[in-house]
Amino acid sequence: MNNLLTRATPYLQATPLLLILGFFLAIPILLLLVVSFWDYDFAGMYPDFVTFNYAETLGSWVTWKTYGNTLKFAAIVWAITAFLGFWVAYFLAFHVKTATMQMVLFLVCTVPFLTSNIIRMISWIPVLGRNGLVNSGLVGAGVIDQPIEWLLYSDFAVILAMVHLYTLFMVTPIFNTMMRIDKSLVEAARDAGARDWQIIWNVILPLAKPGIAIGTIFVVTLVMADFSTVQVMSGGQSASVALMMRNQMSLLQYPAAAANAIVLLVLVLSMVAGILRIVDIRKEL
Amino acid sequence: MHRESRPISFYVLAAFFGLFVLFLYGPLSAVFILSFQGPQGGLTFPLNGVSLRWFQNLFETQAVGNFGASFGRSFALGLMVMTATVLVSLLAGLAFRRRFVGASPLFYLTVASLVVPSIIVSLGIGVLFQQIGWRPAWFTSAYGAHLTWTLPFGVLIMFAVFNRFSPSYEEAARDLGASSWQTFYHVVLPMIAPSLIGVGLFGFSLSYDEFARTLMTSGSSNTLPLEIYGMTTNVTTPVLYALGTVTTLFSFLVIMVTLGAILIVNRRRARA
Repeated sequence: MNNLLTRATPYLQATPLLLILGFFLAIPILLLLVVSFWDYDFAGMYPDFVTFNYAETLGSWVTWKTYGNTLKFAAIVWAITAFLGFWVAYFLAFHVKTATMQMVLFLVCTVPFLTSNIIRMISWIPVLGRNGLVNSGLVGAGVIDQPIEWLLYSDFAVILAMVHLYTLFMVTPIFNTMMRIDKSLVEAARDAGARDWQIIWNVILPLAKPGIAIGTIFVVTLVMADFSTVQVMSGGQSASVALMMRNQMSLLQYPAAAANAIVLLVLVLSMVAGILRIVDIRKEL
Repeated sequence: MHRESRPISFYVLAAFFGLFVLFLYGPLSAVFILSFQGPQGGLTFPLNGVSLRWFQNLFETQAVGNFGASFGRSFALGLMVMTATVLVSLLAGLAFRRRFVGASPLFYLTVASLVVPSIIVSLGIGVLFQQIGWRPAWFTSAYGAHLTWTLPFGVLIMFAVFNRFSPSYEEAARDLGASSWQTFYHVVLPMIAPSLIGVGLFGFSLSYDEFARTLMTSGSSNTLPLEIYGMTTNVTTPVLYALGTVTTLFSFLVIMVTLGAILIVNRRRARA
């Protein structure tokens, strides 16, 4: 009896997680897959098996352009956050000497990420706007005559805000892997005559790859799913896949949005699967 | 590393780090300053006098929708999500310490929950409730939607904690005759308490600020992020910044209280 209970324990402990993710993640996604083959009109949607939701989505050049635009954001934001994340984590892990100082500086980086994304987004408006800090500073210093128009409500603003919102998701995993690099490896490389940049390139970068991979998963999936940043920061002038879905949803075209959701999901999951081939997450935790 | 003097690279990187921190906090402080804008002032600098007028404006219900009620909902939802995240993650973390059939698929379902685009979760749950014929509400559908975002963080943190947790403490307790419940309550729980508080902070903060997952799932009443998002398109006075300042200060307060709690727990453990 006791033995049976012991063996049943992990199943009982895992049940709440399974039930919640089953009902609020797995079933909704399966339902979207079903609904994406349904017919719809302005009044509602009807069980059916039609493929025109996909045909319409994949057959339109607007969709392809939107996917291209979203991938462009993902690539640029990834490159910038990976650069920032690597150097910030490198500074914290290898140049800050005491553990207390490391934790304090790391917390300084973390705190803004626990505040509202939307507030952090609109906080760029007084900085980048036509009469914002940057423009008035530059005009005042005589660098430019006219305020720069493309600072706000442009792709530039979208990318800047995304970097601002998502960099921590890159810093944290890279910092985590760097903290586990054996410092004697660095010493050994130095004793063997390696210069600073050689140590970074040949020792630290290869060992930090798992962290970079996990950060990449976060940043890429967050950018691919983003619609609020694109909408607010581009002033409605740029598009992303999620924003296209959001517009279909507000027109109650749920089957069309569902088809888009499935295409986006397949794309995101295959990107993640590709990254997971490089790194085993369970070993990195 | 050179022990004697810091290399030039240290100063270059320290300056880089300083700029990064400025990049993180600079815009937030602009919002903070502008929320004290004078009555005639607008959304940008310069300050046209200093006043608390926009904070007062915030608490007059007619002016900007119902800020108080949506804050109440977000706060309650945050606490509900926090409680469920801590309990469910702890149980799942304990489960993953042993071998069980389906452990791997469940782990990957958890990772999937992290990477599935938020708007897809929102749409899926919205359509599911519509098909079952349940009315979506912040305390049912949005509650579940938030858990799909907070649980993977909680479970992965617990996974990492138990990966580093030596079973010898439990063996020692068992050798001394402790039952499995006593072992858990008196040995394991105190050791993982700081991590559990951290999971709680994540659960609360991620839910309190969550926007995309709430969009299709909150039913007829707004949470605070939805309210703020609505304001970005139709409010053109600094009252928007006042709201930003108030919610950000509230987030800071929550973080400080949590860090304080972790410090107290650690100190008590060090004394014991």
